[in-house]
Amino acid sequence: MREELLAIVEKNSRIDLKELAVILGVEEIDVVNELAALESEGIICGYHTMIDWEKTSIEKVSALIEVRVTPQRGQGFDNIAERIYKYPEVTSVYLISGGYDLLVTLEGKSLKEISGFVSDKLSTLESVLSTATHFILKKYKDHGTILAKKYEDTREKVTP
Amino acid sequence: MRNPLSDRIVALKPSGIRKFFDIVSEMDDAISLGVGEPDFDTPWHIRDEGIYSLEKGRTFYTSNAGLKELKEEICNYLKRKQGLTYDPAREVLVTVGGSEAIDIGLRAVLNPGDEVLIPQPSFVSYEPCAIMAGGVPVIIELKAENEFRLTAQELENAITDKTKVLVLPFPNNPTGAIMERADLEAVAEVVKKHDILVMSDEIYAELTYKEKHVSIAEIEGMQERTILINGFSKAYAMTGWRLGYACGPKEIIEQMIKIHQFAIMCAPTTSQYAAVEALRNGDGDVQEMRTAYNQRRRYLMNAFREMGLECFEPFGAFYVFPCIKEFGMTSEQFAERFLAEEKVAVVPGTAFGDCGEGYLRISYAYSLDNLKVAIGKLADFVGKLRAEQGKAP
Repeated sequence: MREELLAIVEKNSRIDLKELAVILGVEEIDVVNELAALESEGIICGYHTMIDWEKTSIEKVSALIEVRVTPQRGQGFDNIAERIYKYPEVTSVYLISGGYDLLVTLEGKSLKEISGFVSDKLSTLESVLSTATHFILKKYKDHGTILAKKYEDTREKVTP
Repeated sequence: MRNPLSDRIVALKPSGIRKFFDIVSEMDDAISLGVGEPDFDTPWHIRDEGIYSLEKGRTFYTSNAGLKELKEEICNYLKRKQGLTYDPAREVLVTVGGSEAIDIGLRAVLNPGDEVLIPQPSFVSYEPCAIMAGGVPVIIELKAENEFRLTAQELENAITDKTKVLVLPFPNNPTGAIMERADLEAVAEVVKKHDILVMSDEIYAELTYKEKHVSIAEIEGMQERTILINGFSKAYAMTGWRLGYACGPKEIIEQMIKIHQFAIMCAPTTSQYAAVEALRNGDGDVQEMRTAYNQRRRYLMNAFREMGLECFEPFGAFYVFPCIKEFGMTSEQFAERFLAEEKVAVVPGTAFGDCGEGYLRISYAYSLDNLKVAIGKLADFVGKLRAEQGKAP
């Protein structure tokens, strides 16, 4: 049940427990216990809400920043990654194979705020060799959800 | 003017679904539980392969029986899933949907007056196709107490010396019933004893929620007397691509190819290229869709239990077939009132044969959110009917 449960809550964390139990064909108490176990094992790390900020009047700017760093002896990339991810405006940090080392995503109120962060905070970190900032212009799909279009049922209403 | 029409065609009953479709399509805001096709889009990698084949200019006829790669992949698939061995060169025909295979399969085997056994409730095409092929349809009425499976006894009782072929439509549309290995073995005994053919329509083979689907062709001595029909519509959500296939003894397939080549020429080329990709890399998609259908199936069974609506638990396809006899209405009356008062469309069981009277076909090829809204309305409606009849809720 674990894999199926995770696949469901990954898409819809608000689904109620009774319904989960019904569609999985198990008892509600089993769902409760399994979710608790998944949380305590750190497999379920949080429950978030996907928001398309574009549709609100709130201004938000996001950027992807490629960062090349010098790994530190005995620490590898962990130490520098931690120094970056502790900034609250940083929404994710990934260690990447290929042309650069860390991919940092950032959310800010304005272009200025983001460029300020890159030039004042990120670039000045000792082991950072270079950065390249890409501003996000439009999100088409995020977390497996298509934002650009709404689903429309175009099937004939009654078919054999 | 002389009568311009064929008496045989004029005498065919129009599909019972058609009438209902006309009412529903005039209502803008109706919610439907009436579709017989998946709600999923064709997986993108399959669509992409179709697009790519167009870009490459693969826009010509294929050979009559179908693309060689596709026939080979169909054989690989049947080997992998069912353990069946077919010769791609002589025992496979790619058709325009499973529907074409039903039509030409019956035409290839029937002589005037031959009887075709058709278990009902079942898909709407078998009976008219049998008639158009010059056969005589003989209906076997399946029973709720057998979970709408075909029993050996029912088959035995229907066989005469004119019986030529048994249509075996499992997993079943509209009931969702399946036939398990033991059921098939019992039926196969009778089939062999009377030396008849089987046309096994396994279009829903991938959508079972108990044991893996078993084909009657797997039963000892049956492959040589079975026309196996399957396709891409339900398993890979490819209804609009119109692609199916028939596998069977080469003597029968050869005759089917003859009809196919004169009537159709070949199945759509773009669809055939897409289907190769579906068979090569589509198992994961099928698994994902099957899981989603199964969740919805459990949701519906639970909802029926909660509203006290009688329904046997179906383990195949994407339909449930609840019983509405307690309300003292015909299926059609129920469906019409439900549509008029709650704006939800379901299909009366009678659209699939007279013995569907007292039942409704409800499709779960809808998202859980859509099902919840529609089933909420069904619960309201059922409550209202019971109150009218002075029954305790």
